[in-house]
Amino acid sequence: MRIQLKIFLFLLLISTGCLSQNDEKTLNKISEPKEITISTTTSIDDSGLLKILNQPFEEKYKIRIKVIAEGTGKALKTAELGGSDVVIVHSREKEIVFIKEGFGVNKRDLMHNNFIIVGPESDPAGISDMKSGSDAFNKIANSKSRFFSRGDESGTHVKEKLIWKKIGILNTGTWYKSIGKGMGDTLIAANAQNGYTLSDQSTYLKIKERINLVILVEGDPIFYNPYSVIAVNPARYPDKNEKYQMVMLYIGYLTSPEGQRIISEYGQDEFGHALFYPDAIL
Amino acid sequence: MFEDGILNMNFLIDGFLKAIALILSNDPYVMSITAVSIKISGTAVIISILFSIPTAILISTNKFRGKKFIISLINTAMSLPPVVVGLIVFLMLVPAGPLGILQLIFTPAAMIMAQFILVTPIITGISIASINSVGQSIRDTAFTLGGTNKDISLIILKEAKVGIIIAVLAGFGRAIAEVGAILIAGGNVAFWDAETDTYSSYTRTLTTAITLETSKGDISTSIALGIIVLSISLSVNLLSNRLQDRE
Repeated sequence: MRIQLKIFLFLLLISTGCLSQNDEKTLNKISEPKEITISTTTSIDDSGLLKILNQPFEEKYKIRIKVIAEGTGKALKTAELGGSDVVIVHSREKEIVFIKEGFGVNKRDLMHNNFIIVGPESDPAGISDMKSGSDAFNKIANSKSRFFSRGDESGTHVKEKLIWKKIGILNTGTWYKSIGKGMGDTLIAANAQNGYTLSDQSTYLKIKERINLVILVEGDPIFYNPYSVIAVNPARYPDKNEKYQMVMLYIGYLTSPEGQRIISEYGQDEFGHALFYPDAIL
Repeated sequence: MFEDGILNMNFLIDGFLKAIALILSNDPYVMSITAVSIKISGTAVIISILFSIPTAILISTNKFRGKKFIISLINTAMSLPPVVVGLIVFLMLVPAGPLGILQLIFTPAAMIMAQFILVTPIITGISIASINSVGQSIRDTAFTLGGTNKDISLIILKEAKVGIIIAVLAGFGRAIAEVGAILIAGGNVAFWDAETDTYSSYTRTLTTAITLETSKGDISTSIALGIIVLSISLSVNLLSNRLQDRE
């Protein structure tokens, strides 16, 4: 018994030891007021762009950026409840509501990329090289081929629902799988079960090497996928006023020639072409 | 399909080997995540002990109306769904919420709160059960020998020691393996350090990092984190089993 007690105390000591080891760091973090929280979509975070984009800003202004990556729906909800200071999202409809309700101010167009339909090389629904995204969706539904939906109110999910609505198809069959996860997870799930999914270009390119799905349909104007950056309205929460200046500094940086250049170059080396196209400077 | 299988196997072996390399090389990102995990779950459990054990002694040594009801309430709370706890803590702590003024959302403190709520019923419940198993005769003896309430509590603690330690271990095991509550309350944040050009965890734990790295397709980091969290859970369980055997 005494030995066990000692082991247990040892365990506790380890955990408290880790505590004190990190105390100094934690203290620094608490006393460090220069920090902004950004809630954003998993697609930008998973693509790795945000890391590359944030690092020069953090270094230059000594402002730490806390990234909370969620679907667009949750990202906007977090901002609405005051949980974040700025959002980067991609759903025009939801952005308009967000600003109309007075939750956000100073929206700027940041960049865009395009959605694509990816699926197994065998292409059971036969949609390869179709020009119209809606027609391809129709064919997938009619052939009851497996389709994986984000199902998380993200920008990608909203776009997908828009297309289904446009062609008047209710996705109720067992062929339609709503998994409620981020883009990377959805691609991995579609890959595992040889299904189709709607993906943003950048997440797909980023993990292409690890999966067997291929691009089947691209280039339809309906697939245009614009990202915006919006500051959370500083009038709504008392602590947001001091953050607001830093947020505007951040938005200024993102839409500056430097920020836009980083966006246009990201992915060139690794994938042969950019993952996102800058929109703030024409 | 068969070819896919072979492909995936290589992928697995490759991921596993890289994972081992990550652990052996003390990868700073992986290590910071491990430290944050242990720190948060450990702190939640320690704070919970201060509350749970006195509560357990109070409940099991006193007779009062509704005692059975309270005990079954505690037992039900043992299986609280972590995501629900996470959601509640999120809604409380977000600036629009009732405790928003504390500015604790997406911090380690928020995660400790969530895990405190999760582990407290477990530690309290199992402690009550083990105190109840300490024979009434021992308590009566202590009382007849003129023991004060404090003396009796000490005797009970001593007799139910093993059971209480098992309760604490069970709480820690639950906390370290849990993902839903801390993901929502903590936000899964890692910060970048410009000087060393490395990322280190702020509110990213072993379990929440696994969800993130898997969704990014970084299988080897996921496996490394998985091996660590499994080893911790396994050691806690082994220790708990050995204690139970001795009992």
